Amino acid sequence: MSSTSSPLLRTTSKDPITVQSGAMQSSALQNDERVRRISPWRSFISRPEFGSIAGTLLVFVLFGIFAGHSGMFNLDGVMNWAQVAAYLGIIAVGACLLMIAGEFDLSIGSMIGFAGMMMAVPSMFMGWPMWASVLFAFLGCMALGGLNGYLVMRTRLPSFIVTLAFMFILRGLTLVLSTYFSNSTIVSGVGDKVSSDPVMSTLFQGSTLHGLFVWLAHTGIIDKLPNGEPIVAGMPKVLLWWLLLALGAGFVLSRTRFGNWIFTVGGDSAAAQNVGVPVRRVKISLFVFTAFCACLFGVLQVADVGSAAADRGLQKEFEAIIAAVIGGALLTGGYGSVLGACFGALIFGVVQIGISYTSFDSDWYRVFLGAMLLLAVLFNHYVRLHATRSK
Amino acid sequence: MTDNDDYILQLENVSKFFGTVIALQDVTLRLRRGEVHCLLGDNGAGKSTLIKTLAGVHQPSRGRYLVEGKEEHFTSPREALDDGIATVYQDLALVPLMSVARNFFAGREPMRKLFGLIPVMDIDYAARVSEEKLADMGIHIRSPHQAVGTMSGGERQCLAIARAIHFGAKVLILDEPTAALGVKQSCNVLKLIHTARARGISVIFITHNVHHAYPIGDSFTLLNRGQSMGTFAKQDIAKEALLDMMAGGAEIQGLVAELEGRVAA
Repeated sequence: MSSTSSPLLRTTSKDPITVQSGAMQSSALQNDERVRRISPWRSFISRPEFGSIAGTLLVFVLFGIFAGHSGMFNLDGVMNWAQVAAYLGIIAVGACLLMIAGEFDLSIGSMIGFAGMMMAVPSMFMGWPMWASVLFAFLGCMALGGLNGYLVMRTRLPSFIVTLAFMFILRGLTLVLSTYFSNSTIVSGVGDKVSSDPVMSTLFQGSTLHGLFVWLAHTGIIDKLPNGEPIVAGMPKVLLWWLLLALGAGFVLSRTRFGNWIFTVGGDSAAAQNVGVPVRRVKISLFVFTAFCACLFGVLQVADVGSAAADRGLQKEFEAIIAAVIGGALLTGGYGSVLGACFGALIFGVVQIGISYTSFDSDWYRVFLGAMLLLAVLFNHYVRLHATRSK
Repeated sequence: MTDNDDYILQLENVSKFFGTVIALQDVTLRLRRGEVHCLLGDNGAGKSTLIKTLAGVHQPSRGRYLVEGKEEHFTSPREALDDGIATVYQDLALVPLMSVARNFFAGREPMRKLFGLIPVMDIDYAARVSEEKLADMGIHIRSPHQAVGTMSGGERQCLAIARAIHFGAKVLILDEPTAALGVKQSCNVLKLIHTARARGISVIFITHNVHHAYPIGDSFTLLNRGQSMGTFAKQDIAKEALLDMMAGGAEIQGLVAELEGRVAA
């Protein structure tokens, strides 16, 4: 692990090939008659996020037909499903990067509940200021993520098993903490405490861009309530967080050195080791990032709902993984995209909320999602065969 | 071996034990600067252990490892790599799902500053260089952004070798590069070894195929059951003699004789 960056510096100058004349390099420009050109369409459909973009379009068309006049696509309706998508999107981004690196975290959902308790218990029962409790929750979750990662790397056990254990441990601890301190499965009153802390409420509570929405209401672009206020007070903070996180993670994955390491580590961790990628560091830091995302979900939800509860985030780990898979991430790692995972989360939001706008029974929600997942997996499987097939 | 003692890599009486197993015993291997040194041996002869010792994966239990006359104690492959000793393993350390450009620079990404501020991977540079280097090896790819999984075995081998050379390898250790290849592709790899030697790179070529080793090699070390059977310069030994010395060489000749006898009968 001593030097991961230094060899780079000497690549061009000492390189015996670049010293040679341009005669050899021109050969790169010749076309090999056996090399087939690929149409832009073909290269588009083989991108990892194609499946989820197509799926999103499909879902929009379906709900456009069945719920087009129900108000689902009015601004308040949009905010409704966009928020659901945003919550899921936040953890899907983390799950997606981790999955590309070849690992899973099944403790995400329990981590959401546990994060809420780590935020609620010190602030409500120990007299900590809100900011300290929130900081404690983030540090605690990230430490747990680090522990998850360390155990996986140290024991070489599948992350599936290790994080499955933490899924139960954390869910249990959440319940234990809640009943010990509040004698119930809910700790309430946390939301008010967040509101009284200006920094915490600015970061995690309510909505933003209020002025813009008021102005939009004035010009008549969006609807007004009877009292003159815009129908939607602003953009929910959770949407902003999702956007920031997705942009950041997408940038890191596709443009930076660390992103290249994520792909290498997930694609073949022995190969990554041999070319000098710090496999352990990459994977552990992604476990920490995933835990950070879960904590962000938990904190935002507690601030929004007002209470912490023992059953928060139940099954969210599966939803996050499904979103990542619909988004083109391979369960075996090495392939996927943040954009895809975000579309996967969007599909979730639209279907979950949209179904209540239609005449369909909302019990069909899971059937639909399961079918979506199956389709996505079959599609991705085909893409992978296509991508790795030798000539 | 007295005319030129300019050794770039030396193993002197190296032994390697794994518990009670003696993987290598008193093996001496000396690689001259700019030569192709073939390491021959059947399965189980200790070739893999020897490569891993050279590559810094294993540390010798006994004996000395010298690079350019200086004793080294590598504790990781990374350190050997930083000293210019590059190993191309049989699995090639390539990720099939990743693009050629990303594979070429995996672990040593070229960087540039976005807006003069944010360090990002210079993907255009990676694409251009990887395409050029492959073209130098006579391989023309559709695009440097195509997945390595779409390339043939020989092309992948060339990519791995081109990468090692590009990153300033002084010594190239090739672990059975022709083992999984067809006749024509093996030929390409042999040409590649020749090209590398012409550029002043010293090569250790590990194989069990004397027919591949003999045309390209300058000297040959035979390994059998963890022990060296000696090093021979090309002018001192004939291909047939090498074949005979290889474990199984005699058996194959016996088999040939038997089969011919049957045909004759």
